[in-house]
Amino acid sequence: MSKTIKNWFDSGTPWIWLNAAAVSLSLIMVFGLLIMIAVRGMGHFWPSPVIEFDYTLPGKASQRVVGEINETAEVSLEVLHEAGIEIEYDKPWVTRHLIKTGNRDVLGSDFRWLLAPYMSKQHLPQDIVVLERREWGNFYGYLKSIKQNGQIVSNDTRSWDELTERLNRVEEIQEQIRDIEKHKIGSINYELEQLRLDRRQLELNNNKKPQALNRIKSAEDVFKQQFSELQTELASLYQEINRDQLVAEIMDGKQIEIPLSKIVRAYKPNDMSVLQRTGVYLSRAWEFISDEPREANTEGGIFPAIFGTVMMVIIMSILVTPFGVVTAVYMREYAKQGAVIRIIRIAVNNLAGVPSIVYGIFGLGFFVYFLGGNIDQLFYPEALPAPTFGTPGILWSSLTLAILTVPVVIVATEEGLSRIPRAIREGSLALGATKAETLWRTVLPMATPAMMTGLILAVARAAGEVAPLMLVGVVKLAPSLPLDGDFPFLHLERKFMHLGFHIYDVGFQSPNVEASRPLVYATALLLVIIIIFLNLAAIWIRNNLREKYKALEN
Amino acid sequence: MENSDLSTSSSPSSFKHPGQIHNRLRKFKDQAARHIIAFGGISVIITIVLIFFYLLYVVLPMFIGADIHPVARYKTDSDAQTLYIAMEEQAEIAMQVTDDGNINFFNTHNGELVNKISLDLSGQDIKSIAASEVDQSLLALGLSNGHARVFKHEYKITFNGDTRVISPFISYPMGEESIELDDSQQVISKIAIQDGEDALVMAVATEDNRLLLVTFTKESSLLDDEVSYEREISELPYPESKINFLLLDKEQSLLYTANEEGHISVYDISDVSEPEIIQTLQASTASETITSFNFLAGDISLLIGTSGGDVSQWFPVRDATGKEKLTRIRSFQTSSGITKIAPEYYRKGFITASDNGEIGIYHTTANRTLLTSSVTDKKITQVAVSPRDNALLLQDEDNQFHFYSVDNEHPEISWSALWSKVWYESYPEADYVWQSSSASNDFEPKFSLVPITFGTIKAAFYAMLIAIPISIMGAIFTAHFMAPRMRSIVKPSIEIMEALPTVILGFLAGLWLAPVLEDNLPGIMTFLLFGPPAILLFAFAWQQLPQQIKLFVPEGWQAALLIPIILIIGYVSFSLSPVIEQTFFGNDIRSWLSNEMGIPFDQRNSLVVGLAMGFAVIPTIFSITEDAIFSVPKHLVNGSLALGATQWQTLVKVVLLTASPGIFSAVMIGFGRAVGETMIVLMATGNTPVMDFSIFQGMRTLSANIAVEIPESEVASTHYRVLFLAALVLFVFTFFFNTIAEVIRQRLRTKYSTL
Repeated sequence: MSKTIKNWFDSGTPWIWLNAAAVSLSLIMVFGLLIMIAVRGMGHFWPSPVIEFDYTLPGKASQRVVGEINETAEVSLEVLHEAGIEIEYDKPWVTRHLIKTGNRDVLGSDFRWLLAPYMSKQHLPQDIVVLERREWGNFYGYLKSIKQNGQIVSNDTRSWDELTERLNRVEEIQEQIRDIEKHKIGSINYELEQLRLDRRQLELNNNKKPQALNRIKSAEDVFKQQFSELQTELASLYQEINRDQLVAEIMDGKQIEIPLSKIVRAYKPNDMSVLQRTGVYLSRAWEFISDEPREANTEGGIFPAIFGTVMMVIIMSILVTPFGVVTAVYMREYAKQGAVIRIIRIAVNNLAGVPSIVYGIFGLGFFVYFLGGNIDQLFYPEALPAPTFGTPGILWSSLTLAILTVPVVIVATEEGLSRIPRAIREGSLALGATKAETLWRTVLPMATPAMMTGLILAVARAAGEVAPLMLVGVVKLAPSLPLDGDFPFLHLERKFMHLGFHIYDVGFQSPNVEASRPLVYATALLLVIIIIFLNLAAIWIRNNLREKYKALEN
Repeated sequence: MENSDLSTSSSPSSFKHPGQIHNRLRKFKDQAARHIIAFGGISVIITIVLIFFYLLYVVLPMFIGADIHPVARYKTDSDAQTLYIAMEEQAEIAMQVTDDGNINFFNTHNGELVNKISLDLSGQDIKSIAASEVDQSLLALGLSNGHARVFKHEYKITFNGDTRVISPFISYPMGEESIELDDSQQVISKIAIQDGEDALVMAVATEDNRLLLVTFTKESSLLDDEVSYEREISELPYPESKINFLLLDKEQSLLYTANEEGHISVYDISDVSEPEIIQTLQASTASETITSFNFLAGDISLLIGTSGGDVSQWFPVRDATGKEKLTRIRSFQTSSGITKIAPEYYRKGFITASDNGEIGIYHTTANRTLLTSSVTDKKITQVAVSPRDNALLLQDEDNQFHFYSVDNEHPEISWSALWSKVWYESYPEADYVWQSSSASNDFEPKFSLVPITFGTIKAAFYAMLIAIPISIMGAIFTAHFMAPRMRSIVKPSIEIMEALPTVILGFLAGLWLAPVLEDNLPGIMTFLLFGPPAILLFAFAWQQLPQQIKLFVPEGWQAALLIPIILIIGYVSFSLSPVIEQTFFGNDIRSWLSNEMGIPFDQRNSLVVGLAMGFAVIPTIFSITEDAIFSVPKHLVNGSLALGATQWQTLVKVVLLTASPGIFSAVMIGFGRAVGETMIVLMATGNTPVMDFSIFQGMRTLSANIAVEIPESEVASTHYRVLFLAALVLFVFTFFFNTIAEVIRQRLRTKYSTL
């Protein structure tokens, strides 16, 4: 036996197995991570059942608890003991559940750890209602009655249908209010600010022409008039929306009143068919993608972050593609292939390895403070001392990331150019084409897939990069998108939100980490999907490209 | 001749074929394209170079010394002896107190008198003068009859249109009258004053060798803002020799006396009813006398200047017994005897004036001489520095004033301040500390890059510890043994792994992995220790299985077979975790670590960072290594196998040897990535700049430090520039490593192509 083992070790087979184990471990890590993000991210939207049970700690009064089980863990008695919880139990480990009870406004916190052995009479109440609210997080309780202007209009089994109906009405009004507040009033404020800047500009130029001033004045008056009209309209809408309330009983028996205007969504999690559940699931997922964040980013959607990320990446692509391609063409087709170009090539290659934070600090110092500061002095003196471009913004973020990703595009394009057989260039030149024509008509079209690969990789990198953006333009909550209906529509100086930064911010800076965690997983999932998709596209294009050149060479 | 040639070539086009125009257009386009592409290419290359030079451009001003420019030189009308000079914030107005009881405010640029106030001293002489800490701008004059006069010099700023008008005036917080400090009406030969929240304290040394501490406790009446003072005098034991210098700190807790021979006594006066001498010492050698005795900004350090030109910094240091002892920390040598020392207002720098007309600008923390310059050939008797540390007013023995503007933006930085141990105020010994900001004005910034560089290396080290074995072994198997079909799945998977945003890895590391590791520490240890043997055991058992079953998993698919095995091993070790914890570590491994082993445990520690950053680095090293191994020419492998070597022998003796430069460069590039990674460290550690190599503690890295601190640093301040320096260090470091790696790789490529 020992001889067999010795022989086996001598043959080196065990080491091969260990090497194989390293691959397995890597694969487990990658797919484990992806699966974990996917499960947690997608599970977030599923309406989980709400349980009700009695919780009786020895020597304490029993209390009714209603909530979702969020997490289950084993905890040793000793740890509990140290935490000041004294219990008698025959095993050293106790199961405990993290129960999401919601109702933060009444109960103080959303979550509590409860010990499983003391939970009794656990069941799924059919008529429990979950309300997602604009403030204070979720509500769990039993619907008692519906009020209109303080008068009870329904307090029996039809209340639920009544509620659904009235919620639809609230949502319609909400839509109108949003339209006025966000778009109309937002536009008016923007125009008024532009007029203020115009006036300041006149002052700076010592232009005291009364016509100009009058023009501004009359324009201002028109906007102010519109503004006050909108205000009245808003006031009446608010009165409308605040008409209805509901009364519900929470787990400790208290009855509380909630205005319907504060409710985003209501459902009965234990009384739904799979189809209905899917409906809620889709509606929540859609809200997540299409809506704006609520409650310091811990709830609601991430639409501004998606929009900001996409905008930034598009601007970056517009900047990086021509410059990257031109540089690659210069280095491969025009520059003299000597020591200098070799050094430059190495340098460009290496830049891909320079830490992104270095680009960030360069962007902050050079673009924001130096370039932006000077642009403000020259073109926006009327807004000073408030900076226009002399502060982090989407343009500077895109520029910084363009510099960060330009090596990727250069390397990929160069590689594509180098794979094109000489014969093709020579054939074109021999037929009398100039160098530019050769490039434009034969070489570049053939290298397009390589450029695409480079660009996709650059976009994938840019979409996931956070560290430099934290310095040059990302904020946790941007009041307005960089693209809107106000002239000149594209506002390059604005700050923006970003998926990656959203993960960092909500995961680490938010006051209610426990409650916001599922949202972070969902955001992470979205980001991972985008990036994996882009990378797979790049890999696919690259593989196809290889096949194509192989065919050419033969 | 030339002319005719020209005219031919530009002659009417009727001679030309239309195609010729077309051709010229083509040629023009070709040229234009050439230039545009060259311009574009070169400008991108320049931009890339610009990054380095811009960082350098921001960093360099820190290492340039100070500079002074003469602005004006003049005499004022007064020829009485100057006791004290000072300047206001803008350095436009200076104040001069003369021994005839006059306070002259004059324009610093031309000496023109702006305001003159004559104090009514009712026949008494001024025998001593003292100033409180700078924010109070309080002055006390000791008179010959045991009285003192206390006043403040203040400046009101008004705007006349766009021009700023500064009007100086004097206020008397304790009333316009002289205040009696010594009941026996002796001459006050030395005085010190500090105003605090609850009390104004003065210390006086009298001509008849008594040392008095006079405390004025403040009592504000409820009706109006008037403050009344309750006087209390206590007599302190007089030191062995005559008092020449007297200093009281702004906390009103320590009193220092010194005589010219260098004998210093330290009094603890924090309890006014029980003042005591806590230390006496000899500060200078016999040949030198003390000529200047000042506080440095913040009133913690003493600056002692001697007739021999030596300036030393002293501050109380807690010794082993817990007692504070005044200790000599560092010293500066100037060329000639010191006449005056002026500390800067809010920085730990100071200016010396010498009896040969030379001045020097120094910084204590940085241990740096920023400037020495001879400004006159007379002895300098008075020196004042402006509150913004940007102007200097000197008076020489001929009563001539010299006004200089000073460029001294970044005195705090020197090579030693960044990279050596520095003895900071109130620290028991010299140390490496990073602490860039604090709420107080006269805070001593601690800009040692050592702890954060250490943290960077530490994080990278633990990441590499995890990444190198997994990635290289994985690459070996993938390139050399793996079945092509499996390889076509594994490679893209690893590429996806590389593309995962680090912010996601950091988030998972900080919020998921860290608590999981904390709860299952024994489990992860078991997995690391027993995982490999368990795999070998399985492999051996598998080998013994009958051929039919073995054929079920063809050669090159071992990795797939091992996935469930590893999952099982992992599951077993994690479920054993609580049992192990209970049996061996007394139920709680964290308290066991800290109590039994003395190892403090942070939840977000290096193990978490190592795992998360290892995850980020594995694909980088994996891809490059795999590439290097895979592209080893096949005939080498085949030759070795044909000669009878086993697969493993071929791998170790032929393939790895040939590919080793490639593997080395892979490790270099991976290391570069680990060093620069920001988000993972930012989220997965506590970001405390500790210098401890323990795996259970966190760290702060250069990159995370930049991300954390740059948003709150003021543009162009020293802090801002130090952060740029950190970025430059990162840049140069990674660039250097990557260049080595790249050069090695290129060489390897040529080698392969010749083989």
